[in-house]
Amino acid sequence: MEESTKYDTLKRIISIYLPEDVSVDAIGAQSHLINDLNINSAHLVDIVLDVEDEFDIMFENDDMERMQTVEDALKIIDIKRSKK
Amino acid sequence: MDKRVVITGLGVCAPNAVGIKAFSRAMAEGKSGIRFVPQLKELGFGCQIAGAPVIAEDLLGAYFTPLQLRDLKATGIIYGVMAGTDAWADAGLAKAPDDAPHWQGGVVFGSGTLGVDKFHEAMLQVDRGEVRRLGSTTVIQTMASGVSAYLGGILGCGNQVTTNSSACTTGTESVLMGYERIVSGQAEYMLVGSCSDSGPYVWSGFDAMRILPRKYNADPEKASRPMSASASGFVPGSGAGALVLESLESARARGAKIYAEVLGGALNSGGQRAGGSMTAPNSEAVQRCIVQAVRNAGIAPEAIDAVNGHLTATSKDALEIENWSRALGREGSQFPYVNSFKGYFGHCLSAAGSIECVASVLQVHLGKVFGNPNCEDLHPEIKSKVDEAKIPRQTLDYGPQILAKASFGFGDVNACVIFKRFRGD
Repeated sequence: MEESTKYDTLKRIISIYLPEDVSVDAIGAQSHLINDLNINSAHLVDIVLDVEDEFDIMFENDDMERMQTVEDALKIIDIKRSKK
Repeated sequence: MDKRVVITGLGVCAPNAVGIKAFSRAMAEGKSGIRFVPQLKELGFGCQIAGAPVIAEDLLGAYFTPLQLRDLKATGIIYGVMAGTDAWADAGLAKAPDDAPHWQGGVVFGSGTLGVDKFHEAMLQVDRGEVRRLGSTTVIQTMASGVSAYLGGILGCGNQVTTNSSACTTGTESVLMGYERIVSGQAEYMLVGSCSDSGPYVWSGFDAMRILPRKYNADPEKASRPMSASASGFVPGSGAGALVLESLESARARGAKIYAEVLGGALNSGGQRAGGSMTAPNSEAVQRCIVQAVRNAGIAPEAIDAVNGHLTATSKDALEIENWSRALGREGSQFPYVNSFKGYFGHCLSAAGSIECVASVLQVHLGKVFGNPNCEDLHPEIKSKVDEAKIPRQTLDYGPQILAKASFGFGDVNACVIFKRFRGD
């Protein structure tokens, strides 16, 4: 998968969980999911499930804790996919 | 001095109509909400009919964000949020701003069992060893207080936000709980009501108890027959009813429209003694509840000119009428007008009391007594207690001044509330 497609796919998943007053344009590689994008922490588990389904990978508990920013998520996706 | 309490908003998600305008029309015209449910036939139910609200998919976006709608399977929450949000808007109340809740506004919104379809999905996942894939909303959709939690958050209520549960008494009990909170000065306005989930997992237990009609699968609209000699069980239903109760002072200060006044009421239990059991009422308790409600309302029993009963369409209907007759000390042509709305939409279980309170308040507000369908063959024991003219088959243009509404539930629990027409004094 192209880097840009991967990023767009992740952005689309994250955008579902944005509060109503945060626009999709606010999502950047450095964005912190909770602190910058204001995503309810309860929804992080939903983002993980959606990412797992979309990229056909599985997160471990440690991965979930490491996933703080958009970039973190992209890195985890890369590592998991390279191991397949 | 105790505060006076009035009703300033109504909302409803009923099997025969969604929204107050459509519901008022449906009730006055005698529109049935009972339909054949193919799924119940496929699953081998004896009773294959039910009353469930018909919700247009595109309507949901007006009540929920796209995120809230993802995997939302708790029908009780859908009905409750629709009815509750409508009642709040009908009262002219706004959603609280982002930074400050309504400290004077609370929610008492009951449920029986909530989020059953979501629970079913979760149980299957858990059994497959997929706990980690449940997602984040399993808890909030299946906790009993899910409906009040959704409503409290959507409206931004900062007063008491809770869910009550007392089987088929739930909705009427919620009205009295909200009423008491305002009377005692602890809140200015309370959203009260209740909801009940739809579907086979909710209704199956009643089918297994063989208390639902089995002979009307081909003729659903004739199946719910309160007060008739041919009543053969209640038709299961679902939905939600909601009322905004408010102190008279607050309603006047806001210039709100007033549907009716809540004069008071009573709650009790028969203790499952003296003929009462888990599933049958102790008649003395029922009578005491009605007598106490009349006393708490500060009226004479003769002042009541309309009664909306629990009257589920079982063999117990005649006993309920006798209990009303003894409690009010009235019979024959002296008996008030009496009706049961279950002929229209069945028994909506934990939502029954609130949907029926909404319809009762509409009667008082619109100056009507809604008709009783399917009791052409009035039960002989009821006929011996009440003049037939007091049990209208068609909707009457009679404006009740004081209406008594009661609900009774499994666990031998009772609730009775008294509504009065509001004339501005």
